[in-house]
Amino acid sequence: MNPFKLAWNYFRIGMMNELQYRVNFFIQLLQTGVALATGLIGLALVFDQVDNLAGWTRPELLAVMGVHILMGGVIRSAIQPNMERLMNDVLNGTLDFALTKPADAQALVSVREFRFWQLTDVLVGLVVIGVAVTQLQRGMEAMQVVAFIAALMMGAIMLYCVWLMVTSIAFWVIRVSEIVNLFEGLYAAGRWPVGVYPDWLRTGLTFLVPVAFAVTVPAEAMTNRLTSETMLFALGLTLLFLVLARVVWLFGLKSYSGASA
Amino acid sequence: MRRYIEFYLASMRVSMLQQFQYRVANYFYMIGMIAEPVIYLVVWSTIANQQGGIVGGYTPGAFAAYYIVWTLVRNMNIVFTPYGWEWRIREGNLSMELMRPMHPIHNDIAYFSGWKVVVIVLWLPLAAFLTWIFKPTFDITWMEGVVFFLAIWGAYLIRTMLLSLLGMITFWTTRVSAIFELYFGLELILSGRLVPMTLMPQWVQSLSNYLPFKWTFFFPIETLVGTMSTQELWAGIGMQVLWITIGASFLSLVWRAAIKQFSAVGG
Repeated sequence: MNPFKLAWNYFRIGMMNELQYRVNFFIQLLQTGVALATGLIGLALVFDQVDNLAGWTRPELLAVMGVHILMGGVIRSAIQPNMERLMNDVLNGTLDFALTKPADAQALVSVREFRFWQLTDVLVGLVVIGVAVTQLQRGMEAMQVVAFIAALMMGAIMLYCVWLMVTSIAFWVIRVSEIVNLFEGLYAAGRWPVGVYPDWLRTGLTFLVPVAFAVTVPAEAMTNRLTSETMLFALGLTLLFLVLARVVWLFGLKSYSGASA
Repeated sequence: MRRYIEFYLASMRVSMLQQFQYRVANYFYMIGMIAEPVIYLVVWSTIANQQGGIVGGYTPGAFAAYYIVWTLVRNMNIVFTPYGWEWRIREGNLSMELMRPMHPIHNDIAYFSGWKVVVIVLWLPLAAFLTWIFKPTFDITWMEGVVFFLAIWGAYLIRTMLLSLLGMITFWTTRVSAIFELYFGLELILSGRLVPMTLMPQWVQSLSNYLPFKWTFFFPIETLVGTMSTQELWAGIGMQVLWITIGASFLSLVWRAAIKQFSAVGG
């Protein structure tokens, strides 16, 4: 079965499920609003003291924040719910139900869940990015927009790969929810451009948890900082992560022994 | 009184033994929590350096000290969550606890205090590691040490009272997550968790004096990191006692009304 068709069908089911609970949209909006407000206050406090942070001006950092919110929405709507379900399936032995279906198991476990209302964050992120672009007062050229979208997509793919690899650890150690907590903590580091962090942390945020590529690089595309080398490097790394994630997944699957399902 | 002391000691012992068994899980959790202060620390150290080495009275070394002590204070601030109260009320698990000849809050306080002992022990190597990396500047007198020790437990009690009150809103309405998130947002700004309060605009600082948040976060950290006079130190403890008393009074008041509302079965 075509994985894209599969994903589309699950997306529709997830959406219809969630659309039944419309009040959740407002609750989500309020939560995003609180997060946005605290983020803006943080920025205001910083720019009370200085007019740039490690070379980034206020509207540029606003752009970073917008991308961070947007990508957070992508993670929480499409990536994290699937991976959490996978963890529970491994723990409970119910992964059997997915494995016995006539579709590629990796594709299937990656698309089963979709939290529609979390897309509120994507929307709010886009608004913040829009405001940032207006404040930058130099607009975006067509090529920049293309690079921005490409960087976003590569970043999302890399984050998915890392999530899948981390979740696959569950095949060996079963309890991984604490690792997820660690990942969330590190993702929060993406609120600021990775350039401000000390070397060891920047390396971790680039290769272990590719927050650098998921948030900073798209923001660089918007603010005229992106070089074609970085773009090519991102492409190479995306492909590498995809292969690695596939290998880890297949290897982990061999350790799955089912349980009671 | 004696039965309370015995209950507290026994309950703390149980939770200590339980939580030591899950030390790896506890550690991952604590390491995950370190990301947040490290982010603040890096950003504010960068700003201090850009400003010629000091901002709002803090040098990078002072920021390092602030955010390293932050990690322990944050851990002391973890109490039974309002989401736990929501679950307890919604699922009817509270019914079971009502059977006990003691207010359920005692069990919460005792259990989490025992856990805190484990957390403090686990925190020590973490603090050593952060100290090695970020090179904080500390200048601690024994008096500050004593007040700090009292203040982190005071913070723990204040926050227990506040979050229990918050959680008990579930007795009246089940849509509580929005209220909780709003509360946590306010707390983040007004407690000193985001930045030391001295970096906030003057009116925010004045406002925070009349609210409990600062006494659970900024005050305990400042006892160790700041330069408060003996009088200020003990006045701070006095404020903590005041807020604990206010919290406890409200709790018993709300509890009496709430328990009449409670109608869940099962648990």
